[in-house]
Amino acid sequence: MKDILRLIVVLTSLCIVSAIALAKIYDLTKGPIDHQKRLEVLRAIKTVLPPYDNEPDRDRVKLPMGIDKRGKEIQRVFYRGRKDSRLIGVAFKVISPEGYGGDIEVMVGLLPNGMINGVEVLSHLETPGLGAKIRGAKFKDRFKNRTLSNTAWAVRKDGGDIDGITGATISSRAVIKAIKEGLEIYRDHEASIVGPSQ
Amino acid sequence: MAIAREFTKGFWRENPIFRLVLGMCPTLAVTTAAINGIGMGLATTFVLVCSNVVISLLRNFIPPRVRIPSFIVVIASFVTIVDLVMAGFFFQLHKTLGLFIPLIVVNCIILGRAEAFASKRPLMDSIADGLGMGFGFTLSLLLLGSIREVLGNGTLFDVPAFGPGYFPFLVMVLPPGAFITLGFLLALMNRLSGQRPS
Repeated sequence: MKDILRLIVVLTSLCIVSAIALAKIYDLTKGPIDHQKRLEVLRAIKTVLPPYDNEPDRDRVKLPMGIDKRGKEIQRVFYRGRKDSRLIGVAFKVISPEGYGGDIEVMVGLLPNGMINGVEVLSHLETPGLGAKIRGAKFKDRFKNRTLSNTAWAVRKDGGDIDGITGATISSRAVIKAIKEGLEIYRDHEASIVGPSQ
Repeated sequence: MAIAREFTKGFWRENPIFRLVLGMCPTLAVTTAAINGIGMGLATTFVLVCSNVVISLLRNFIPPRVRIPSFIVVIASFVTIVDLVMAGFFFQLHKTLGLFIPLIVVNCIILGRAEAFASKRPLMDSIADGLGMGFGFTLSLLLLGSIREVLGNGTLFDVPAFGPGYFPFLVMVLPPGAFITLGFLLALMNRLSGQRPS
């Protein structure tokens, strides 16, 4: 009996000390981690939009897009870039679940006329040397100046207008499809996205 | 003298990767580039030294029957600390190593050293053991990562290692390359230390 008590006391006190230490560290690192996450979003927005002088991650519109399996609301976030308070572009993130290795996250930047200014791959799990080439400028530049209507949104192999990456058709298809869906959502909600702040 | 021996054994005589063949999961998975090897190695070293210190200090206090859960609590706490600190201050590295940081918890080297060494030895010996094993691990990961990066990507620490005519030996940065490199290095180590298969 006494023995069991000792085991309980030792293990419990060890856990308490560790919990307190972790709470402290969490508090200390929370600021820097949030800061890094914000910088990362801003870095991506910067590469896909023309030069802006506002803070697009603070000037944003959130659109509810239905409810996921767990009953949580799905949101699409649109970041608005402005120069001299005039809207010069909108950036938004699209996620393709159809990559070869897993989800592919892409930031898309649109000009007010609906043309793509740039795209940036945020994260992916594609094969190095093949699918991972979706990160390369050569592939990303193929989207520049395209709109929903001036392009058949599919790889050339499937009868579309966009050259896929040799040996990485699945990755190319996934990116193209995700961007196309993003553009469609943008088209359907353009009024509320470019409209006044919420 | 004894402490120096505890320190140096991790580099060759009891090298965790090439002699003990422990911790293969991070070894094989993250060594696609030299910098990843260093990052993973140093993170593991930190956890190893800290857990060795705590466990050595508590060795007369932890009852043998709950020693494994106690070790796990200590190790998991330090891993969480590394994870949070890295996310806050070395964001890019944290992104690359990703999932493998939390997985340090189940790295057999750490629990192995706690069980086989730190729980029986005084503080200074345990620190020396943790540092030696950790640096041995780091150097081994660096070696694996460098070989794979040079052959598979044509770069070392992101600096091109060959002329532009080099065609990367892609398989080396893919999972099979990890096994191939490890196999050759193990064979080489056995040859150099004159071991015969038993």
